[in-house]
Amino acid sequence: MARTMWDSSVGKKTVMAVSGLIMLLYLVVHMIGNLKIYFGADEFNHYAHWLRTVGEPFMHYEWTLWIIRVVLVVAVVAHATSAYQLSRRDIKARPSKYVHSRPRASYATRTMRWGGIILGLFIVWHILDLTTGTVHSGGFQPGHPYQNVVDTFSTWYGDVIYIVAMLALGLHIRHGFWSAAQTLGVGSRARDRALKTTANVLALLLTAGFIAVPVGVMTGVVS
Amino acid sequence: MKLTLRVWRQQNADADGTMSTYEVDGISSDMSFLDMLDLLNERLILSGEDPVAFDHDCREGICGACSLVINGDAHGPERTTTCQLHMRSFKDGDTIDIEPWRAAAFPVIKDLVVDRSAFDRIIQAGGYVTAPTGSAPEAHATAVPKADADFAFEHAECIGCGACVAACPNGAAMLFTSAKINHLNVLPQGAPERETRVLDMVAQMDEEGFGGCTLTGECATACPKGIPLMSITGMNREWLRATRKAGKR
Amino acid sequence: MTDYVNYTTGEPVADTKAPAGPIHERWDTRRFEAKLVNPANRRKHTVIVVGTGLAGGSAGATLAEQGYHVVQFCYQDSPRRAHSIAAQGGINAAKNYRNDGDSIHRLFYDTVKGGDFRARESNVARLAQISVEIIDQCVAQGVPFAREYGGLLDTRSFGGVQVSRTFYARGQTGQQLLLGAYQALSRQIAAGNVEMHPRTEMLDLIVVDGRARGIVARDLITGRIDTYFADAVVLASGGYGNVFYLSTNAMNSNATAIWRAHRRGAYFANPCFTQIHPTCIPRTGDHQSKLTLMSESLRNDGRIWVPRAKGDDRPPNRIPEEERDYYLERIYPSFGNLVPRDIASRAAKNVCDEGRGVGPGGQGVYLDFADAIQRMGRGAVEAKYGNLFDMYQRITDEDPYEVPMRIYPAVHYTMGGLWVDYDLQTTVPGLFAVGEANFSDHGANRLGASALMQGLADGYFVLPATINDYLARNPHQAPVTPEHPAVQEVLAETEDRLNLLLAVDGDRTPDSFHRELGEIMWEFCGMARTDEGLRKALERIPQIREEFWRRIKVPGTGQEFNQSLEKANRIVDYLELAELMCLDALHRAESCGGHFREESQTPDGEAARTDEEFAYAAAWEFAGTGSAPVLHKEDLVFEYVHPTQRSYA
Repeated sequence: MARTMWDSSVGKKTVMAVSGLIMLLYLVVHMIGNLKIYFGADEFNHYAHWLRTVGEPFMHYEWTLWIIRVVLVVAVVAHATSAYQLSRRDIKARPSKYVHSRPRASYATRTMRWGGIILGLFIVWHILDLTTGTVHSGGFQPGHPYQNVVDTFSTWYGDVIYIVAMLALGLHIRHGFWSAAQTLGVGSRARDRALKTTANVLALLLTAGFIAVPVGVMTGVVS
Repeated sequence: MKLTLRVWRQQNADADGTMSTYEVDGISSDMSFLDMLDLLNERLILSGEDPVAFDHDCREGICGACSLVINGDAHGPERTTTCQLHMRSFKDGDTIDIEPWRAAAFPVIKDLVVDRSAFDRIIQAGGYVTAPTGSAPEAHATAVPKADADFAFEHAECIGCGACVAACPNGAAMLFTSAKINHLNVLPQGAPERETRVLDMVAQMDEEGFGGCTLTGECATACPKGIPLMSITGMNREWLRATRKAGKR
Repeated sequence: MTDYVNYTTGEPVADTKAPAGPIHERWDTRRFEAKLVNPANRRKHTVIVVGTGLAGGSAGATLAEQGYHVVQFCYQDSPRRAHSIAAQGGINAAKNYRNDGDSIHRLFYDTVKGGDFRARESNVARLAQISVEIIDQCVAQGVPFAREYGGLLDTRSFGGVQVSRTFYARGQTGQQLLLGAYQALSRQIAAGNVEMHPRTEMLDLIVVDGRARGIVARDLITGRIDTYFADAVVLASGGYGNVFYLSTNAMNSNATAIWRAHRRGAYFANPCFTQIHPTCIPRTGDHQSKLTLMSESLRNDGRIWVPRAKGDDRPPNRIPEEERDYYLERIYPSFGNLVPRDIASRAAKNVCDEGRGVGPGGQGVYLDFADAIQRMGRGAVEAKYGNLFDMYQRITDEDPYEVPMRIYPAVHYTMGGLWVDYDLQTTVPGLFAVGEANFSDHGANRLGASALMQGLADGYFVLPATINDYLARNPHQAPVTPEHPAVQEVLAETEDRLNLLLAVDGDRTPDSFHRELGEIMWEFCGMARTDEGLRKALERIPQIREEFWRRIKVPGTGQEFNQSLEKANRIVDYLELAELMCLDALHRAESCGGHFREESQTPDGEAARTDEEFAYAAAWEFAGTGSAPVLHKEDLVFEYVHPTQRSYA
């Protein structure tokens, strides 16, 4: 069955849909957690610490977090690999362009590939910036995420990178969520409007929720 | 009307092609698009030039032979087949670009004629009900709910023209393949082969070098018979169901 | 021409295969008497099938299912595009699901009567009998026929009958039935039992030692001409309506396969029996290359009329009720708008000849849905005829929901074709003809929704049973090789013909000749024919033929994809076939069905048959291009349906 999945263009889209939904679920949780920054350094840092102790005493310190990280890495890799292979296939299937070209497809659809690449690069930067601190702008302090976040968004490029990426994320989710529903075969004529609305709402909420953090720093509400 | 046509000319599958320009006057707005090309060809023959090759047959919008991309749109600006497109959709003095279907799985044979045999092979992979002549039970033995019969018909209307592939930025044949799968899989007669049909047809579709679906919806917009985009969703559902069931066996 | 009309009458031709006995037992008897081929031996037999329409597609699939090795051809890029796909209205079957008094015998009766008593009773009885099996077969294949809310099959009425026995799939019945056959064929192609050659056109028949043993065909992409051999050849190449240039046939439908077979010895029967369909969209100008049919089913709910007064050019909606002439309802009160096609067409011609026609050139009559829309509601009319209305609007730019449609008759179907016996075998042993390519079942006029029935009956059920008999009786035919002198000769002739077409390099296009021939045929051999007109046509056709070979211009070469060459080669055959059609029409000095001789009509203008003289099928034997053919008569005996003056009043 796994073989059939991976070898088929329909199956590979299924892999994309499932991995995308896993990441989407994570993002919803992540976004809600981020908003805690508005409640001050103590609450935010406490929350960040709690993430490492979830499941204790059954789980050891950071075990749950690592499980989530592994799942996410697998999802990202599966999503990106499928996307890459499917794109290669699509480009090969349509080698010559029309001489008379006209704008095609919706904005969201056209930005799926570029948007995906932007998001991939963003994830790398984001981890190096706020998880490992490798490229962090100020002095990165493990265990003090509140300060690290404020530092990042106190630089203009930090804000620009983040906001651009979140706009790309919104567009990506807008088409991706509805698309995943079709791929998984749950779409129908009766459900189509509800699915499209859900996709739009999700895209809007996530984009707005994430952007609220740099906006908070920029406006001085969070400092 | 007087028009400027820019037409893709390609001597054969191996030759390089190019757009050639022709001025055509004396066009009536009642003419069909293909009548207009006939007129051009009559003039080309008399002036000793090679007429433009294009596929066409019934000219009633049902055989699916005609296949032109007109100003970037498969079958042109109206939602119909090229043969049912009339010149009243254009204005005097217009420049019209005419190109063949473009997809790796539809190689050009000559000018505007492409090879669509990949579609036949997809049907051969499972787009049928195994019902050898003589084996049929009485037609009224199985009642089919009207809604199912109508759903089947709506998908069975596909004329296999390939506009979906031509319009798709990925050169995908999803709409064509899904139309047949939805037609047969919803009927009780198609049920015994429901799983093998979708698995085999999708596998053949991939093998022919068609692209994948990114749900741009271009196919359904171009489809002269109005096969809905949701048809692809239905195929995906059938495919997943079949894959799950095959996994259990 | 003087030579050509002086045909001679040869030995009568008889159908020796139909058994005697009660009419509805004959098919069973024949099936039992026919020899069978051992299943293990079937794969050693190769059968060539030319054409993939309803008859060819179903025959190819069924023969392959039986175990024969089938080699099949079509000129289209896919077997799915054969012109059967354009049939709109439906398919008849004597299922009597409506309990409205239908039966196999009634379908048999209606068809013999509808054909104006020029069809063979045995064949028609078999057709009626098989009709019920066809519906079963198609439903089993997944053909999505229209259904009622209870889930059972829906039916509708059609011209020439008073029961509701026509099964349909909206206005696309032909498409759905053809796709059913195509899918069955596809299954056999995938199984390796059918070797399919699309974009390959048959150009001649190979006859060796008096038997059909193969064909010469041209690959339309590469231009390569090849020979293919078999133990039997089945022609399912359709009719020859395109002789008229303007017809409802597909642009590439052609007569080459049957005409070449005729030249090689197959008799051509009743070539003048052509059907002019009453409900087509009128021509809009000289540029037009084909005509479009509107399904006859429209006559179920639409009312046909013209203004009472000559030259009344008011818009139709401004002509008050009392100034309209619903002429079919007036002349034929019991069948009204549902009279058979030949009668409806001729009536339209008559009112137009009287100067009461409507639209440009006065060549049209109204088909009005105003009453139906009022009675059923626009939604119901849309559900029933929506796609036809859309098509009409696209072509004419007029909205038929608001303004009555304009219709006019157009050439649609040819009842004539290769003469076949009860086994569907032509006069060349081993050569069979099925579907519209043969002449067998429709007599002088075909009823609506009967072409699909006949094509599928021939392909699914009749031929697969009867061809066994031929193959079983000729089990070990010597293999034919390309080196055989008979093969070399046919091949050389074909190549010479194409080379000559390319070499003339004249100054007229193929279409210009086709159009000229078509105009002559429509005028003199169309809806009404006269001795004088036909003689005129017979004088003109050889002249056009002569001019053709002097002035034709075909660009390009034969070794490439060359649509002009394909077309020109088809016209070569039309120019000969047209002559035979006119001669047949001239010799049959009676009116019957679609063949209306003005000299032979009843006082109220209906077709008057002369049964004493013409109750036969005219089978013509080829005697050389332009040379008088030989007439062989097959006497028609009516034991069950006694010929009467058809009355639909």
